[in-house]
Amino acid sequence: MTISSAGMQDAGPVAVETAEPVLRVRDLQTHFFTRDAVVRAVDGVSYEVARGETLGVVGESGCGKSISALSILRLIPSPPGRIVGGEIRFHDQNLLELPMSEMRALRGNRISMIFQDPMTSLNPVMTVGAQLGEALQLHQGLSRAEAEDQAAEMLKMVRISEPERRLREYPHQLSGGMRQRVMIAMALCCKPEVLIADEPTTALDVTVQAQILELINDLREKLGTAVVMITHDLGVVAETAQRVVVMYAGRKVEEALVEDLFDNALHPYTRGLMAAIPSHAPESGDGGRLAEIPGIVPSLGAAMTGCSFAPRCAHATEVCHNEYPPLEEARSRHTVACWHWREFAGDKARP
Amino acid sequence: MTASSAPLLEVEGLRKYFPLNDGWFSNSGRQVHAVDGVSFSIGYGETLGLVGESGCGKSTVGKVTLKLTDPTAGKIRLRGKDITGLSRGQMRHHRRDMQVIFQDPYSSLNPRMAAGDIVAEPLVNFNVAPRKEIPEQVAELFQRVGLRPEQASRYPHEFSGGQRQRLGIARALALRPSLILGDEPVSALDVSVQAQVINLLVDLQKEFNLSYLFIAHDLAVVQHISHRVAVMYLGKIVELADTKALFGNPLHPYTEALLAAVPKPVPVGRGAKRKRIILQGDVPSPVTPPSGCRFRTRCPHAFDQCKVEEPAFREIEPGHWAACHLRSPASKAGGMANPAVGEPSPTANG
Repeated sequence: MTISSAGMQDAGPVAVETAEPVLRVRDLQTHFFTRDAVVRAVDGVSYEVARGETLGVVGESGCGKSISALSILRLIPSPPGRIVGGEIRFHDQNLLELPMSEMRALRGNRISMIFQDPMTSLNPVMTVGAQLGEALQLHQGLSRAEAEDQAAEMLKMVRISEPERRLREYPHQLSGGMRQRVMIAMALCCKPEVLIADEPTTALDVTVQAQILELINDLREKLGTAVVMITHDLGVVAETAQRVVVMYAGRKVEEALVEDLFDNALHPYTRGLMAAIPSHAPESGDGGRLAEIPGIVPSLGAAMTGCSFAPRCAHATEVCHNEYPPLEEARSRHTVACWHWREFAGDKARP
Repeated sequence: MTASSAPLLEVEGLRKYFPLNDGWFSNSGRQVHAVDGVSFSIGYGETLGLVGESGCGKSTVGKVTLKLTDPTAGKIRLRGKDITGLSRGQMRHHRRDMQVIFQDPYSSLNPRMAAGDIVAEPLVNFNVAPRKEIPEQVAELFQRVGLRPEQASRYPHEFSGGQRQRLGIARALALRPSLILGDEPVSALDVSVQAQVINLLVDLQKEFNLSYLFIAHDLAVVQHISHRVAVMYLGKIVELADTKALFGNPLHPYTEALLAAVPKPVPVGRGAKRKRIILQGDVPSPVTPPSGCRFRTRCPHAFDQCKVEEPAFREIEPGHWAACHLRSPASKAGGMANPAVGEPSPTANG
């Protein structure tokens, strides 16, 4: 296997000037060992997130954004998956070296996660109150009665009306938006330092999505939680994140502050994604054409040399097909992995 | 607007109620008012977008319009001919003219049929071509939707999501229909692939003068592809207008809230303070819809009249219809006009 050296010694995450990062993912590699091939779902990804900050992680399905998040909590099904390299630092502990018992004490307590589909991630035969209370009894050592009071408090915080009644209900009795709010209450009930939100609003209507995003934002400000917002929706990123990591085929291809990314995206993939959003097209309703990215996401099982985006890229040259581009700092707090980024930087680039 | 004088499809006062079973043997007579009096028309070569939150009845409108299920009341006219009361056998003749593309390309393609057979099936069913010519026609359709003809022998699982959706489009096109119902046809696709499929739909429309009834929850996609847009809430159309007018100057508070809720791909810190209307609560139950205006329970502008009287669906500006008391001539005089520039709701957040 020739993983190009460029991916390994990557330039590291863009430095955060505001605060010491709570969570640092460095050169993470999560591979799946199937009968036919080794699928390199995450192949040398680094990012970090600080207290009170929201980091957006964007990419299309199969780019490894969810697997990188599951790796942080060490929830990768094994076999076939395995974290084969890298380091995940939470404060000064390397999570990859923790024994499982300590990992369990961390999950849902100091680091928690919101999943995309609340129906499959809530237990259908437990009442809302019992599920919320469980985490509180386990992690905070509260008594059953105390846990119930606290659970009602949490439901109130996520703006569920009649919390006492809802505590006695089962997940199927709630609407989709309400279920997602229960998930958020559950994720936040132990006041985690890191919240990983994996497509938290994808299954919801826009009006409910707006409520949930506002809620996560409020809680981040109030509790100083560090949020990793994983999404495929650039609109959600623009509304919630301060910094953005763009992933493609298991690697980070670009990272920048949100405004910088939307103004001066340097990677052809990021630029393609932005052009493909309908609302960005100049005319609408008159059959104006959207910019498309030709082709499809490559299979991660196949051995690949060179830039993984090269087969779909209009600017690809010989070097792109032969060698993976290194992550370079294009300007302050903006890194990109592309051989040709200078051509897109135009006159705005200032090294 | 490409609509000619006589529309291809007219739907009038469409209603669809589903009986609600409360227990095994009891039938309480309660009903889900899934679609409750919907009227619209679609011209030749025109795309009508239908948007709304989940459970508002937009998919049911699609199904009833194509007579995949019978309406409780109302009329459906295709090329001026009333098809509402036709039997299944009589409908068969019209089926060729109306085809569907579904949201989920995984579950709408038979996993045990080769791709070529899937596309050939309608041609065989309707006897439109001699058997010998079918492979040729299938190859042509494959090419037209951007698939390679030699892929015809593959099975659905061997295709990617976008390719499967192209397969669904090829199947819908096979009989040269004049109307295609797209029920969330691009929502399961990634952004980059979604753009490919949207472009394909637009190209095909121009080439074959197709009409689309395009159902989706993604407002940006609807805005891009539609000539006119109808907004549904709880079984009713609350606003219907030209795409530009609807997105530029929404007249119904629900449309306004819906548009404001869409996350814009423009970072928040940008100069102009964003006007945010965050609707609280959930959509009420369609079994017992609220009295008067159905949106009043979540409307930031609701007043007494909304509780007692259902607002009429009227043409407020030429071609721009809405159902809201704020827009009725009477309340305009009363100084209730223009909620669009009203004070922000209590939860407004810049």
